[in-house]
Amino acid sequence: MNIIRAEQIRFQYDGEEHPESAVVLDGIDLTVPKGQFVALLGHNGCGKSTLAKHFNALLLPLGGRVYIKDIPTDDEDKRYDVRSTVGMVLQNPDNQLVSTIVEEDVAFGPENLGVAPDEIRKRVDDALRAVGMYEYRDHAAHKLSGGQKQRVAIAGVLAMQPECIVLDEPTAMLDPRGRREVMETICRLNREQGITIVLITHYMEEAVLADRVVVMDDGKIVLDGTPRTVFSQVDTLRQNELDVPQPTELCHLLRRAGVAVPEDVLTVDECVDVLSALLL
Amino acid sequence: MLADITFGQFFPGNSVIHRLDPRIKLILTFAYILLIFLPDNWVGLAAAVVFLGISVMLSRIPLKPVLKGLKPVIPLLIFTSLINMFYVDGTPLFSFWIVTVTREGVFTALFISVRILSLIAAGSLLTYTTSPTTLTDALERVLSPLKLLHISVHEIAMMMTIALRFIPTLIEETDKIMAAQKARGADLESGNVLQRVRALIPILVPLFISSFRRAYELATAMECRCYHGGDGRTRMKQLHLCGRDYVALGCMAAFVALLIVSNIYVPAMI
Ligand SMILES: Nc1ncnc2c1ncn2[C@@H]1O[C@H](COP(=O)(O)OP(=O)(O)OP(=O)(O)O)[C@@H](O)[C@H]1O
Ligand SMILES: [Mg+2]
Repeated sequence: MNIIRAEQIRFQYDGEEHPESAVVLDGIDLTVPKGQFVALLGHNGCGKSTLAKHFNALLLPLGGRVYIKDIPTDDEDKRYDVRSTVGMVLQNPDNQLVSTIVEEDVAFGPENLGVAPDEIRKRVDDALRAVGMYEYRDHAAHKLSGGQKQRVAIAGVLAMQPECIVLDEPTAMLDPRGRREVMETICRLNREQGITIVLITHYMEEAVLADRVVVMDDGKIVLDGTPRTVFSQVDTLRQNELDVPQPTELCHLLRRAGVAVPEDVLTVDECVDVLSALLL
Repeated sequence: MLADITFGQFFPGNSVIHRLDPRIKLILTFAYILLIFLPDNWVGLAAAVVFLGISVMLSRIPLKPVLKGLKPVIPLLIFTSLINMFYVDGTPLFSFWIVTVTREGVFTALFISVRILSLIAAGSLLTYTTSPTTLTDALERVLSPLKLLHISVHEIAMMMTIALRFIPTLIEETDKIMAAQKARGADLESGNVLQRVRALIPILVPLFISSFRRAYELATAMECRCYHGGDGRTRMKQLHLCGRDYVALGCMAAFVALLIVSNIYVPAMI
């Protein structure tokens, strides 16, 4: 079953009656099946965040339609069904926590949905355990580290029991340790609870962890496939001002220099295997 | 340097006073603050002070911060006391130069001082023993009848919650901006008042801009989490009145009765 189905969506911020304003999304077709982990890449300003906001009805397309589990996002009566099915985590962890106390913040979503108090308590505890922040439930939110805050934000979305979580550069403001904590949490949720993940990122080593990589350029999808097929197209990615993972880049340069190495090397381990096979 | 500002200071604890239902605490404190102006004789006033003293003792919060909290009002106390002593007519006690101090004047000054001190101590006791979020929560529930008058109680409480949440974040940010401006050679510590106020502009402008950005992002995040005002919203933490809350209400009733009786039977002093 598809969680997200976007059909030919077009969008520009000033509305269509201003032909001079830039078209931000220009006919995007994208379906995300249940349980998939998708990484969405693209250079700054290519429309990734704008697309993400279409997935939970924060923005409505000017042309085309977005369906979340077959509910069209422009159905006003189902707005909260859409938003609780597709949760969203934003970049800055400081600006998305509403309450001073961790567990009260996590309870915010289910409280808005009108869930019964005992059920909220249970959901909050489960969500905090799932992100490994249960011991911090009565701590002050502003005293946590960046990675911890971002995990609380993820718990806040989890407590609404979503089937899909869209994360818009969740690791951009974190140090390497916080980034690792958040990535491990995301991967675990995807693997163990089968939650569909759409991850927007500028870090290629994060994109490598996904099942599928989608590359955008100026409001269009230019590449779509497994990390291995997408990252082997080094020149196309370069044209779109994107990096490739370092091992892939090394092998690409070696190939260009005439060394016989495969094009689709992704991780450091694979790279080590390939190189040691060459040298021995 | 700004980091040591504490707002609505709260001393976590597990005493009876801490565990009282926050709504009861809020109502009782409010009632006490009004009632403290009722007694006109020493019995009533002493009862009010003893009532408060017992509450403070039960709360087991350290006495020092309570006394420290009273310090800023001392100039105000001295000022009102002097005014009262010199301007209230009655039996003169003594006089010098052009002022006459009356018996009634001294008593009025004394009563007003005790009232102001008790009032502030009672207010502090409430904030010292109740966490800010619990307090806003209680406020929302206590004021909820005002909804009938079309006052947006929920929105006001939500604004207070968010303000409390963002005060530490904004203080931290102010510190950062100050450091950044100092690193560019801004001089914040010397010059006359006008120069110092002017030196604040490069700090306030970025602070305002970033607050608006934060507000915009927070609104998006709240919308993502299905926030749509107070209608149909439930709360995780339910409040239930229990034995000790009724005992507290009973004590308050006894206190009110004592005040009324003493006002009738004990001769008034002011
Ligand atoms: N609220 C807005 N009003 C008007 N234009 C906007 C608004 N938000 C974004 N834009 C414009 O839309 C385009 C796409 O922005 P978007 O934020 O979707 O890019 P992005 O791919 O997320 O970039 P980044 O990697 O920097 O986050 C940009 O040209 C941007 O200037
Ligand atoms: Mg973006």
